[in-house]
Amino acid sequence: MGKKVDYRELGLTDKEYQLIVETLGREPNDLELEMYGVMWSEHCSYKNSKPMLKRFPTRGKRVIQGPGENAGIVDIDDGQAVVMKIESHNHPSAIEPYQGAATGVGGIIRDIFTMGARPIALLDSLRFGELKSERVKHLFSGVVSGIADYGNCMGIPTVGGEVYFESCYTDNPLVNAMCVGIVNKKDIVRGKASGVGNPVMIVGALTGRDGIHGASFASEELSEDSEEKRPAVQVGDPFMEKLLLEACLEILKSGCVVGIQDLGAAGLTSASCETASRAGNGIELDVSLVPRREEGMTPREVMLSESQERMLVIVKKGRENEIEEIFRKWDLAAVTIGRVTDDGFLRVKDGDRVVAELPVKSLAEGAPTTVNESKQPAYIKDVQRIQYDQIPVPEDFNEVFLKLLASENICSREWIYRQYDHMVRTNTLVLPGADAAVLRIKGTKKGIALTTDCNGRYCYLNPLEGGRIAVAEAARNLVCVGAEPLAATDCLNFGNPKKPGVYWQFENCIEGMSQACEALNTPVISGNVSFYNESKEKAVYPTPVVGMVGLIRDINKIVTPGFKKEGDLIAVIGENHGGLDGSEYLRVIHGRVAGNPSIDLEKEKAVQKCCLEATKQGILNSAHDVSEGGLLINIAESCIKGGVGARIELDSEGKRWDEVLFGEAQSRIVVSLSEHNCKLLEKISEQVGCKVLIIGKVAGKKLIARVDGSTLVKQDVAEISRKWRERIKCLME
Amino acid sequence: MFLAKVYITYKKGVLDPQGSTVKKALGTMGFDTIEDVRVGKYMEIMLEEKEKDVAEQKIKEMCDKVLTNPVIEEYSYDILEVRK
Amino acid sequence: MKFGVVMFPGSNCDVDCFHVIKEVLKEEVEYIWHKEPLRESKRYDCIILPGGFSYGDYLRPGAIARFSNVMEGIIDFAEKGGLVLGICNGFQVLLEAGLLPGAMKRNKNLRFICDNVFVRVENNTIPFTLKCKKGQVLEIPIAHGDGNYHIDKKTLKEMKENNQIVFRYCDEKGEVSEATNPNGSIDNIAGICNRRGNVLGMMPHPERCSEEILGSADGKLIFDSIMKYLKGE
Repeated sequence: MGKKVDYRELGLTDKEYQLIVETLGREPNDLELEMYGVMWSEHCSYKNSKPMLKRFPTRGKRVIQGPGENAGIVDIDDGQAVVMKIESHNHPSAIEPYQGAATGVGGIIRDIFTMGARPIALLDSLRFGELKSERVKHLFSGVVSGIADYGNCMGIPTVGGEVYFESCYTDNPLVNAMCVGIVNKKDIVRGKASGVGNPVMIVGALTGRDGIHGASFASEELSEDSEEKRPAVQVGDPFMEKLLLEACLEILKSGCVVGIQDLGAAGLTSASCETASRAGNGIELDVSLVPRREEGMTPREVMLSESQERMLVIVKKGRENEIEEIFRKWDLAAVTIGRVTDDGFLRVKDGDRVVAELPVKSLAEGAPTTVNESKQPAYIKDVQRIQYDQIPVPEDFNEVFLKLLASENICSREWIYRQYDHMVRTNTLVLPGADAAVLRIKGTKKGIALTTDCNGRYCYLNPLEGGRIAVAEAARNLVCVGAEPLAATDCLNFGNPKKPGVYWQFENCIEGMSQACEALNTPVISGNVSFYNESKEKAVYPTPVVGMVGLIRDINKIVTPGFKKEGDLIAVIGENHGGLDGSEYLRVIHGRVAGNPSIDLEKEKAVQKCCLEATKQGILNSAHDVSEGGLLINIAESCIKGGVGARIELDSEGKRWDEVLFGEAQSRIVVSLSEHNCKLLEKISEQVGCKVLIIGKVAGKKLIARVDGSTLVKQDVAEISRKWRERIKCLME
Repeated sequence: MFLAKVYITYKKGVLDPQGSTVKKALGTMGFDTIEDVRVGKYMEIMLEEKEKDVAEQKIKEMCDKVLTNPVIEEYSYDILEVRK
Repeated sequence: MKFGVVMFPGSNCDVDCFHVIKEVLKEEVEYIWHKEPLRESKRYDCIILPGGFSYGDYLRPGAIARFSNVMEGIIDFAEKGGLVLGICNGFQVLLEAGLLPGAMKRNKNLRFICDNVFVRVENNTIPFTLKCKKGQVLEIPIAHGDGNYHIDKKTLKEMKENNQIVFRYCDEKGEVSEATNPNGSIDNIAGICNRRGNVLGMMPHPERCSEEILGSADGKLIFDSIMKYLKGE
């Protein structure tokens, strides 16, 4: 054996090491110490975030499974449930964008079918630096290809997501992948090693040396050395995963399976101790039985390997043959490597020799959690203060409008989603590019709507309000297509949590998100935390991405954002005030990231209620929420999608004209509807207590916007459509 | 034991989209003397054979039958004797 | 009528084809596992090779699947005049198996493309297009990374003479041009048949547009044509 492993190099603190020694009553050996190192890393233990995460509301009458399992589950009636989770793969994607993103997708898919569900949709929330440098383009292009190649090969449609380009993400791109599955409630499986004596099998791909210490890698800041840590990045094999998916769903149907868990971060170590811990049992494994891809692997390498496309299956005793049979059909290996014990220990053997023996509770759940020091960072006061009288109102609104429309954060995402198969499985009723994607549930009249949202800039300017807005916008997007929001999953992307300013952002975002989840009745059912997204002293914007699912009772009543019919009236549900704080307009036109964005959750609730009721009554021909770029960009998008023009007539009520057109104040939905339905919409709005204002008409081939009687913008829709659609392509090719 | 190194490219005359993209990219990076780029596949196949002739014959068969599509691809190979 | 949908490892549009036959056409359909030889006793009227990534598209799309146990029986079935429809990856398998002429290369832009496109029906005399009009424009999705059809000039000429070009990429008015070619296919070819017309390979996915709620039901014309032919109407 070489020199003794230093616990500090594994990321363990003196205090943590002492605790391990006390728990064991002895010094751990090298393998044991490494197992603790990965399991107690931030990535596996959530030690820096756990106390904060308790703030999230996680219960609700539809919640079947909240946080703590591989994925959350929410009831959608008729004995069916939706399984969902979002997870980050930021660090691996920064080092090797194609494989990093691909394996991120692979991992989240496994989390879903581990619960017994058939994965039916993928979404991706991405952040990159501005599309200027070759490096950013390389990262962006690689990540998109990685997601595409993995998801496409799996036959799971990638139906939605979002992408933002901001300089704070230049060195630390964010790649968050969300997967959604459908399961019959009676078929739900959990990751538990129950039943003493039951065999433990490893199935799927062979174990190699790849990805050792990936979990620890994800728990550090990226540095110059990170490039050299490349071996920590795994290679994905979507074909193998497709076979694994089909084989696993088949064994789950067979009734032989007690519990199942995927081998993700920290590989066999985490899968075995977590399943044992959930069941209050122990597990005994023999690493010499694990099928390997490479010769001469040590027990350490087998226990820490993060080779992809593997699962741990706990089987009813005596039924191993049936499992082997099914895996043989799919040309995959399934090998018994151990059994469930009652002593609460994870015992690792290499043949007859015991090489590690650790209490599973301590290993899986014993990492001491910390509440870090938290302090409002100095920048907050500076950025929130903004003197609008020093920001000139533009003279040429046409020019400003075209500049905004071509902003990387506003233009069409077609270049991206055209590379994703978003139609396979023939359930996608609303394709990418709308407020939310809609999938039908075959055999029913139901559909589900899916979205991911987070404006990191708002969170940077005001973490509390930004967190509230992220949740509210997700729910609003669902409402726009006619879905009732049911539950949320979150991926919290932050910098180094040991820095008081970062921790303060973290705390406040969670508080804001929790308030909004409570107000909008969307409990958090699963999630993931990614810290250390910073390098060279520069952290990413706090980016708590919210994934949300909504239920549509009648898929014939879906609403989409494009204007449908000339002569329809255009109305704003909500208060049509401006609010330039944190807007894309300020960034693109004036080079400022400033202001103090905010939201009134009571007003938001009323707006969503009004829109949802209107969709149920079938009176809306289009609905689209006002977000980046403000009201005029919103209307332009509805024109482009509908291939038709619009005339807008606004009264500034004394506000700045740029604010009226490009302000991003929350809680607004623009709808179009026939004139005779307007009365009905007004009635609904009175009932729920929100405002509705008619602002124009769907007409002609041009978008014309007038404020206080002056024509500020007049553009040909076909022309702006082309510019909006081809923008990313132009930047990339 | 033999190691066969198999090289597969699109046939001359078949437009190679990867090759032309790489050529264009190299051109913009200042490599201005490039005449042509063809992107192909490279495979290493270890054969447990005693005779080189037999190994070669098998490699040819694999190439014709499976490894290449004769409609668009052509191949060449080197066969080396190696120790285990 | 009885349809069979082949399941290769990595097929993923198998469920979509199955759904259309069973729930939209309301006809009998079963899966055919790639490891089983095709049994004549099953008496299929039409066999579909679905889209997806058989064997992960490793080596070349369709290159490994074509050696599956089931393929010998399918070749035999086709030679006897049975209807064989290859969609996307299924088309690639048919090319590799030599049931149709030509080969597929990477898309010209080297990227996977998923989009709704238009194709023009060039031949409406085969069992798969009987219910289409010649020159009719269908709106139909594509989703592939290797759909850049290649064939040598001489064979292309023969194929044209034999009326083997079935679909070509066009615009919504039916104009075929370089601008309407999504993937670089020679002559904008989107689908071809064998000389006899009983084997059709097409890159677009008719099973993805056979219900109005999916935005287009143009693909159903293909399935309805098959039914019309089989029923001898």
